[in-house]
Amino acid sequence: MGAVIKETKADKIFNIFNISFLFIALVVVLYPLIYIVSASVSDPSQVNSGEMWLLPKGFTLEGYKLIFENDQIWRGYLNTIFYTVLGTLINLAVTLPAAYALARKDFVGRGFLTGLFVLTMFFSGGLIPTYLLVKDLGLIDTVWAMVLPNAAAVWNIIICRIFFQVTIPTELEESARMDGCSNFKMFMKIVLPLSAPIIAVMALFYGVGHWNGYFNALIYLSDKNLYPLQLVLREILVMQEMSSSATNISESMATALHSKEQLAAIIKYGVMIVSTLPIIIVYPFLQRYFVKGVMIGSLKG
Amino acid sequence: MSTSTATVLQQEEEKPKSNVPKEKKKKPKKNRKILENWQLYLFVLPALLYFVIFHYIPMYGLQIAFKDFIPALGIWGSEWVGFEHFARFFDSYYFWNLLKNTLSINVYELVVGFPLPIILALLLNEVKDGIYKKSVQTVTYAPHFISVVVMAGMIIAFLSPATGIVNHFIELLGFEPIRFLADPDWFKSVFVLSGVWQNTGWGTIIYLAALAGVDMQQHEAAIVDGASRLQRILYINIPALVPTMVILLILNIGNFLAVGFEKILLLQNPLNLESSNVIATFVYTAGLLEAQYSFAAAVGLFNAIINAILLVVVNQIAKKTSETSLW
Repeated sequence: MGAVIKETKADKIFNIFNISFLFIALVVVLYPLIYIVSASVSDPSQVNSGEMWLLPKGFTLEGYKLIFENDQIWRGYLNTIFYTVLGTLINLAVTLPAAYALARKDFVGRGFLTGLFVLTMFFSGGLIPTYLLVKDLGLIDTVWAMVLPNAAAVWNIIICRIFFQVTIPTELEESARMDGCSNFKMFMKIVLPLSAPIIAVMALFYGVGHWNGYFNALIYLSDKNLYPLQLVLREILVMQEMSSSATNISESMATALHSKEQLAAIIKYGVMIVSTLPIIIVYPFLQRYFVKGVMIGSLKG
Repeated sequence: MSTSTATVLQQEEEKPKSNVPKEKKKKPKKNRKILENWQLYLFVLPALLYFVIFHYIPMYGLQIAFKDFIPALGIWGSEWVGFEHFARFFDSYYFWNLLKNTLSINVYELVVGFPLPIILALLLNEVKDGIYKKSVQTVTYAPHFISVVVMAGMIIAFLSPATGIVNHFIELLGFEPIRFLADPDWFKSVFVLSGVWQNTGWGTIIYLAALAGVDMQQHEAAIVDGASRLQRILYINIPALVPTMVILLILNIGNFLAVGFEKILLLQNPLNLESSNVIATFVYTAGLLEAQYSFAAAVGLFNAIINAILLVVVNQIAKKTSETSLW
């Protein structure tokens, strides 16, 4: 389209409306995010009284100091890193080979297996039978309860399968096979090196899931030493309390409760930032990969 | 690479040729394929084990919904009681309230949450690629990555009657502060609108991808015919989105009664329970907190059956009316 088409008056009005509507959307989404950042470095009393409404007031890093001194948060952080790394590795080790096999046209049984996997998207045993199974397997209060029940997601296997089908040329596979290349070698030496984008997308999808997940921990873990960050956050943000390990136990019950509330109030906004920090840091670089993943998935269901 | 493989290819071609004529029949060929690709079976094995163990065994375990499950006797050893647990659930005083909450929260979410990503995508599509478009996208996608726990924490902090920023604004405008989370009338709006804030931007991605696929020639022809932007959106872009909309609608409805359960659980408190208790949270409370395994499994199964029926019905309707469907 070479020539520039002149905009009519109606189109100009539409443009102005459009730009302003998007601006409103931008502000509505952005405001709470900025507020949290500002509140995390502001004097809590000014935040609570409403004097702080956009930019930090009464600048203080006291909240962050308390967060970094808190054993519980540290332990939760380390646990979460561990669950995320281990969980994501397991996810990738299960998802990628399976997706590759299902992508191969000469794989006898691919239709049946795909159907078997996809069926679980719509039918499941539900919460209680799954819980009883995990219990029977002896996984309660172990690391495995955090990584095995979500070892793979059907949707992600489908996305990978589509990616392999679209990007790995059949000719390449055929010629490699002629050279006497085994399927295993082909997957490791040819398919994986060509699949960096989808591996990145998968690692991110699964990784974010592990990082943000709390429900498995809630039902399968009772040992506080195993708690991931999100469960610690739940105590601080939702139940508004800190366990006694974080505060001075020798205080009388009433004052202890009071100080716990205070403590929770001061670190409230800080922990939101700290817990989301890894995602905030990688997000700008990886946003397009995320988007790519969704789009590959939307190509064909 | 191409030359070396090509030469090897020629050498290798000699050997298999002698075998080919013998394998005209289908069956041996299939068997040979299986043998040749035995490693591929090893590739799917972990996934197969995972789905069998963590998805199909629980489906088998669902039979406890029809039994009086006693852990010591195991799933198989426990006694059959038929539909007793279902009957107890249907007769309970909370049944209609649970059903009403579950349905109304989901319908509310669908009515408000479904069209917004479409509208946002249509509007974003009209902006030229550049910093403005990019920043709107980057910012609106971002909340999607906030965890449910942090999201619940934000809601609780922002909506607090005494210290929350929302109520400070309400007071500034001269109104009384609202106890959002202690008021059953407000719970559903809080739940749905916070979800809109978190997921609308992310939801635009699929629609933007679909819009990128619209043929530019159609737009050019429409411009020549004097169509305005609004007209082009109405008559070109929206029809182009229909298949995507239908598929997403079916998928949404397939998950109808499970959506948002984790967030509801986090925002629930005794004061808003009247409107926040849904079937999924009830299963959690009855099953895991009160250890009524069989009863909770029966309630969960009831939920799943409604889901499956909705999915099939909506899929059929979609098939008939728009010729788009999941199967």
